[in-house]
Amino acid sequence: MSEVIVITSGKGGVGKTTTTANVGTGLAKLDKKVVLIDTDIGLRNLDVVMGLENRIVYNLVDVVEGNCRIKQALIKDKRYPNLYLLPSAQTRDKTAVSPEQMVKLIQELREEFDYILLDCPAGIEQGFKNAIAAADRALIVTTPEVSAIRDADRIIGLLEANDIKKIDLIVNRLRMDMVKRGDMMSIEDVVDILAIHLIGAVPDDENIVISTNQGEPLVGDSSMAGMAYMNICKRVLGEDVPFLDLNSKEGFFTRLGKLFK
Amino acid sequence: MALMDFFKKKSSSEVAKDRLKLLLISDRTTCSTEVMELIKNDIIKVISKYMEIDSDGLDIQITQTDSDDGHGKVPALYANIPIRDMKKSVPN
Repeated sequence: MSEVIVITSGKGGVGKTTTTANVGTGLAKLDKKVVLIDTDIGLRNLDVVMGLENRIVYNLVDVVEGNCRIKQALIKDKRYPNLYLLPSAQTRDKTAVSPEQMVKLIQELREEFDYILLDCPAGIEQGFKNAIAAADRALIVTTPEVSAIRDADRIIGLLEANDIKKIDLIVNRLRMDMVKRGDMMSIEDVVDILAIHLIGAVPDDENIVISTNQGEPLVGDSSMAGMAYMNICKRVLGEDVPFLDLNSKEGFFTRLGKLFK
Repeated sequence: MALMDFFKKKSSSEVAKDRLKLLLISDRTTCSTEVMELIKNDIIKVISKYMEIDSDGLDIQITQTDSDDGHGKVPALYANIPIRDMKKSVPN
């Protein structure tokens, strides 16, 4: 039984690609066989976030156009042998693939993989339609900002209209210091407005920038974001994991050190 | 109220939440033109059972009006239906 998950947001720059990379890597860490598909044709990025940009030979468009077999285009991850990437094409545009072709491609991948994650492009046009065509469920990524939440709401409406019933929310880039001051909407505020199930919240963590610099997803490490992403992966698998206390940003020793300052 | 506002300034997150709530109500109630056309045809069908109306002069749209409890704008379905005459025989 494989599951096809689309990671989408409407607005650009809220963390779809980072989320795809980390949730995908996390699921692989949890011993699932996973393939990540970058559906952002023309603006491919998932390969660099995964640190696999130098291994690309064929891409998604090559596969649907029959220039190669799927197996030839799949790139095996550096660290996890059960994790694969199907990169997007950089020199084509969204019209190079149709929703029907995506459905057919994913049908074939279902036989090989436990989880198929689709990194959706921003917007609601052709690229979005391609990405959601074969999805069983969706992870909506938003930040606690008016524009991102507005777009997320629109996306939720479109997913429901396309009969995707399992929709979960990830609130990204939370800054608890700002929430406390009353200058950022809280997780509860966002959930209240969008009225969908929350599957996780990820703090604004500078380790994300560092991990992207290095091309190595941080899921599962000891950083706050790393732990938050791992919890999301477990919840995707159906585990009941308590939510992290994002307030305890500092570790025990940091706090201890402060006492003696 | 103005005095209260002066002493208790809304936090920016509350402002954001209030703005979003109103924004999403209007976003969610926008109808495609096809749906509006279907609603219009159904209204004509129903009203025509009882009245003779000028279907060409019929105007229907979703607008924003002030809510009764003074909490800003709410969406409303606005219809302007010119009546020509009452039907002589009203069906049961």
